[in-house]
Amino acid sequence: MSLILSSAPHVRSKDNTQRLMLNVIISLLPCVAAGIYYFGWRAALVVCVSVVSAVAAEFIWQKLARKKVRVYDLSAVVTGLLIGLIVPPSAPWWMLVIGSFFAIMVVKQLFGGIGDNFLNPALAARAVLLASWPALMTSGYNVGKFDAVSGATPLLSGASVADLLLGNVTGAVGETCKIAILLGFAWLLFTRTIRWEIPVISLASACLLGWALGYDPLTTVLSGGLLFGAVYMATDYVTTPMTQFARILYSVGIGVIVVLIRKFGSYPEGVTYAILLMNIAAPLFDRIPAQRIYGHTKATKEGK
Amino acid sequence: MNVILFMISCILTNNFIFNKFLGCCPFLGVSSKVETAASMGIAVTFVMTIASLFAYMVNTWVLVPLQLEYMQTIAFILIIAGLVQFVEMFMKKSMPALYSALGIYLPLITTNCAVLGVATLNVKEGYNMLFSVLNGTFSALGFLLAIVLMAGVRERLESSKIPECMKGFPISLVTAGLMAIAFMGFNGLV
Amino acid sequence: MSEKKQNVGKVFLNGVITENPTFRLVLGTCPTLAVTTSAINGLGMGAAATFVLLGSNIVISALRKVIPDKVRIPAFIVVICMFVTIIQLVMQAYLPALYESLGIFLPLIVVNCIILGRAEAFASKNPVVASAFDGLGMGCGFTLALTLIGCIRELLGNGSVFGINLLGTSYQPMLLMILPAGGFLVFGSLLGIINALTNRKKGAAK
Repeated sequence: MSLILSSAPHVRSKDNTQRLMLNVIISLLPCVAAGIYYFGWRAALVVCVSVVSAVAAEFIWQKLARKKVRVYDLSAVVTGLLIGLIVPPSAPWWMLVIGSFFAIMVVKQLFGGIGDNFLNPALAARAVLLASWPALMTSGYNVGKFDAVSGATPLLSGASVADLLLGNVTGAVGETCKIAILLGFAWLLFTRTIRWEIPVISLASACLLGWALGYDPLTTVLSGGLLFGAVYMATDYVTTPMTQFARILYSVGIGVIVVLIRKFGSYPEGVTYAILLMNIAAPLFDRIPAQRIYGHTKATKEGK
Repeated sequence: MNVILFMISCILTNNFIFNKFLGCCPFLGVSSKVETAASMGIAVTFVMTIASLFAYMVNTWVLVPLQLEYMQTIAFILIIAGLVQFVEMFMKKSMPALYSALGIYLPLITTNCAVLGVATLNVKEGYNMLFSVLNGTFSALGFLLAIVLMAGVRERLESSKIPECMKGFPISLVTAGLMAIAFMGFNGLV
Repeated sequence: MSEKKQNVGKVFLNGVITENPTFRLVLGTCPTLAVTTSAINGLGMGAAATFVLLGSNIVISALRKVIPDKVRIPAFIVVICMFVTIIQLVMQAYLPALYESLGIFLPLIVVNCIILGRAEAFASKNPVVASAFDGLGMGCGFTLALTLIGCIRELLGNGSVFGINLLGTSYQPMLLMILPAGGFLVFGSLLGIINALTNRKKGAAK
């Protein structure tokens, strides 16, 4: 299974992509179920609208650009699912449609389609929605079981570890129930869809820095969207660095930026931006070890 | 502490490219390779630091006492053009290695609006000499960071199947837009 | 190119359409992105740049035989700077609100590559009348582009155009569009669309 975390072109073959994406979809099902359990029918609606519009966006683009229609590779379904799981359960339908279309058309297809996007489409979509409609994106968590809770924010302080694990806190549709996410993580590891390094190193570095800055280490990891982002979005094959050293740097960067934004920034949660920023830096990280290895040859070239 | 926060805000929060749109031409034009982008960024840092200092001195000690503030733009652009010439000659003589690396970028910097922009901003914001120079240096470092990141991404895009009509400037602009969205995460950091 | 009679109408249209400084030559990106948060700002910036282009093209063309070749660039910059200072003072006096919202991008017209580019490529080689029309055409092209981008960003980001609300009160403005990132995205997509349209036209012509 060495093909799995290697460079992007290997993922392009249709069968492999479809199987990988199917595994990701299966691993996301516990989160969907938890979301529906806690937030009710609205969560189901949010997820459905996102998935349908993401697939529609992919289909429309491929028709318009007269490319081969390959929505069957399921990558658009994954993007749609992810978008549905990282927005508030009361997000209006038009916002989800705009987010999905942006993710698929601008972030993915403009850059050449699957395997060529340099940012994670779902996260870029969330960042766009957060910048465009900050009020709608940071409120509206009080539906379903949390009807009566008022003034809750995604980073609710004071929640017990048990509540955080079970997901008995407000937050985005799929991000709250940590047990569901861990189940999905286990499935992804079991099927070797992803490797453990990126999520574990990101969480560990966030934990350490959080502890150094006076947060409770366990709460740092379990609150907000950190776990979800680290498992499902930081591990996106096409936007992660290729070399081992670069991946470590990338993961540490995510953990550090998340905690810094939580502590000093104006946004309640920094996972989105941390992963996007590291996506941007990934090509540079990839160059670091390469220069060390080829440094010798380079020097002789210049000597000529 | 104040000074440190100011530096961080110049590099990240108030990034010249992603927040103020200063220096977009070289940012889009000279960012196809990481090495050239880095050289350009370093050359800009060099010139912006000195230009901030000189523009501050000329403004405070010459233009303001003589009540010639309306001559600011013309004075600043002449200072910058002169400085760039001078830096070029100085580098050629005493640092030939650096000159051969940065030389071709120096003339371009005269018309880089980041340099004139920082000089004008310093006056507008009423910064003292220390903060003017810091603003010059660290805004330029923010430019350096932005252009190097951009070059890294663009090198990656070379192998992508970008639609014909988006190749070149359009995709660079969209890339810059997405990067600006990611940089919004630093909002309020300072 | 040098000194022969040119059709001024053609010169004008060349600046507006064929060689539109913003969409075809992609010059002067900084002001294009920075001030287009609203249609009126785009129009104001375009008008200011047109004035400077017109003035500098006329003066440089008139002086083209006097200015020594070696110092032509500094000489051009001084001429451009003079007109920028004039428009700055005029705007400050009569349009203070616009002056404030254009901010430092008004003095930065000096280093706008469109203006220096036209001085170097056209005005220094052509007679006064043709240069004037070239400046006017380029300026109008620039103004048109800036106003268009300004309209799109204002409409999406604020629901209005030139301050007139068009989309009604139920429209939830997409704030991103008036943020810096929106500028890059709108400009990039517009360029892509224009490329796609011209490519299709070329394909049809074949």
